[in-house]
Amino acid sequence: MLYGYAGRILRVNLGDGSKEVTDTPEEMAREFIGSRGFGSKILWDELDADVKPFDRDNIIVMAAGPLSGVLLPSSGKISFHTKSPATGGYADSNMGGHICAELKQAGYDAVVIEGRAAEPSYLYLEDDEVEVRPAGDLWGMGCFEGEEYLKEELGEDAQIALIGPAGENKVKYACIGHDFGRQAGRCGVGAVMGDKNLKAVAVRGSRTIPLKDPEAVYEKGKAMYQEVFDNPGFLEWTPEGTAGVTDWINEIGSFPTKNFWTGYFEDYDKINGRAILEQILVTHKGCFSCPIPCGKYSTGTVGDEDFVVEGPEYETIAMMGGNLMLDSIEKVAYVNKVADDLGLDTISGGNVIAFAIECFEKGLLDEEMVGRTLEWGNVDDVAYVLDLIARREGIGDLLAEGVRYASRQIGGGSQQFAIETKGLEWSGYESRWAPSQMLAYATADVGAHHNRAWGITYDIAVGRDALEGKAEKIVELQHLRPLFDALGICRFPWVEIDFDLQHYEEIFKIVTGMDFSWEDLLRASERIWNLNRAFNMKHIPGFGREDDSVPERFFEEDVPTGPAEGHRLPRADFEKLLDRYYELRGWDVNGRPTPETLAELGLDFVIEELDLQ
Amino acid sequence: MSALRLAVNQDNCSGCRVCQLVCAMEQFSENNPKKGRLGIHGRFPEPGKYEISYCDQCGVCADVCPVEAIEEHDDGYYWVNEELCTGCMLCVEECPRDVMFTHPDRETPFKCVDCGVCVTYCPRNAIYDADDPQRTKYKEFEEVQ
Ligand code: SF4
Repeated sequence: MLYGYAGRILRVNLGDGSKEVTDTPEEMAREFIGSRGFGSKILWDELDADVKPFDRDNIIVMAAGPLSGVLLPSSGKISFHTKSPATGGYADSNMGGHICAELKQAGYDAVVIEGRAAEPSYLYLEDDEVEVRPAGDLWGMGCFEGEEYLKEELGEDAQIALIGPAGENKVKYACIGHDFGRQAGRCGVGAVMGDKNLKAVAVRGSRTIPLKDPEAVYEKGKAMYQEVFDNPGFLEWTPEGTAGVTDWINEIGSFPTKNFWTGYFEDYDKINGRAILEQILVTHKGCFSCPIPCGKYSTGTVGDEDFVVEGPEYETIAMMGGNLMLDSIEKVAYVNKVADDLGLDTISGGNVIAFAIECFEKGLLDEEMVGRTLEWGNVDDVAYVLDLIARREGIGDLLAEGVRYASRQIGGGSQQFAIETKGLEWSGYESRWAPSQMLAYATADVGAHHNRAWGITYDIAVGRDALEGKAEKIVELQHLRPLFDALGICRFPWVEIDFDLQHYEEIFKIVTGMDFSWEDLLRASERIWNLNRAFNMKHIPGFGREDDSVPERFFEEDVPTGPAEGHRLPRADFEKLLDRYYELRGWDVNGRPTPETLAELGLDFVIEELDLQ
Repeated sequence: MSALRLAVNQDNCSGCRVCQLVCAMEQFSENNPKKGRLGIHGRFPEPGKYEISYCDQCGVCADVCPVEAIEEHDDGYYWVNEELCTGCMLCVEECPRDVMFTHPDRETPFKCVDCGVCVTYCPRNAIYDADDPQRTKYKEFEEVQ
């Protein structure tokens, strides 16, 4: 018997409403840990190369990990996996809130959603009860209204993940919302739900999560909380949450500003963590079991609209604040709310709108095409374009495809400033003077996302121009950070308040009874990393080194202003880093894992399927 | 009078449910916040607050119990004597604070017995000991917030 795991996997076919419950395979648990690892493995096993993201045969895997829902700090991260509308390759996106613990308590480690419902529907899970229900009036609702509506119908304690109009309309960066402000934002996971006619997943669970040694877990869990309380970071970091990093990122010239034109925003102190606390905060809002709530529930008024929103957190501040040049926290919070309600990722959303404004500035888009003029720092323009995108109206239909596609259609040199990698828009760190971070963006499995490896502190620590050791650092981080996603917990206690990693090794043992060392767990994380690489090779024709690229702007233009002024990463240095990175990973010069590497990681089935011998 | 008097500062609550998790572990040795003996209710999207419902040992449950299964302990809290309880759930209906809890696994209701683990582990000082509001180790908390 598995401990820590709920022990079951649910498979639901939306097309015919059939369902199947199977035991969570022990071998999969040992090899791929959980959550991110389960998602990766199931996608690999079940998706043929010719399945398109919006085909009926694409699947969505919603997965928890062995530590999810367990009594330890910040144990509530759920991840969604699918074939990516953004890149055509591997996608995952995760979020906190309470639905992950709820799913485990309903008795499931993962839910595999297949097929397409004939009419708009939602999925209801309560312990053994599984039902595909008509969405009725829910279809068309924004995320806030929709969640409120479902809670009224199902009860306050039902946990709900849902899409807004953007997901319904298959915007390539539509997110999944939950708990009035948490989002699985990236890769367009919400668009795949929309394509499946699936408005929401509602979960309620009453079961006890089985633990190998409950007494030991209780003692260890309490000690972990106590250590969080005693850590100075607890009181220093928590009040502002992720927004607290804004000043520092700007100070080092890495704050994306004006579509990544520069890395410094003059008005940063009007949109930082302090501004949230002093001007708009309603309450600190936490995820399941989290002692350091980074959610900042806020309120404000823009024009004649009073609004509430959870946020903004750092990424939104960067991508919709600096990158769009909005100069007040209230404005950033407002567009945050508009995006969340429409069900649009604020990272890609901010990136796409910045791209559109720059196009407008350069005469590549005009008033007739857009329906109005566009300028930097105009909150109404941003809200207007967000709405067009979510409804795919006018220019919104093109922008809904993301900057890669839009720039190819618009042409006129706009590809140079389409800030994406593999088709996924960059998130909030301008990296021309941060080689580790640049490499991290280039090589992340889902496309340009920071959370696989956050190397920027390392760039600062060892010298920003240096290249030595940076590929090594990124490989290390790409195993370490995503390991938290495989365990199904949040990495913030470690990342933000310096929590000792040793704790996780210890608690993993007493929760699961599996005698894994931290090294063993990191090894599993490396296995997952390589499997995702292989997934991209299988699904993206010709996938390789070319796909690990960064936007031309970063090679062609020096950072024009601020602390990083005059800097950019020479192309040759970038290629050198990439060579070193491939070498460390045991991949060939084209970035493809060698059969030896795959065999060593126990991925023989990949060698076979990709015919690598 | 109860040895521990619970008090709450609702505005501090972040909805994390640590209180329910440690409560269920302490009392049932189970990792299951649904077996916690206090309630956390999110009020979203508006006004954007959490409400905590907790037992103040008022004793209404003991008064209404038809078989006198709810007894007052020497330390001042009320507890359900499972040997006497028939599971009629009248106390659940009558509890003025909605803090007599039930669970599909259990035939009898369960309630707070003032063990105080929620106070010790609430990360936000949202639930505290009215007689010792500074009991937690992170006294600077109020200033920082
Ligand atoms: S532990 Fe404290 S902050 Fe968390 S839900 Fe309970 S009362 Fe609220």
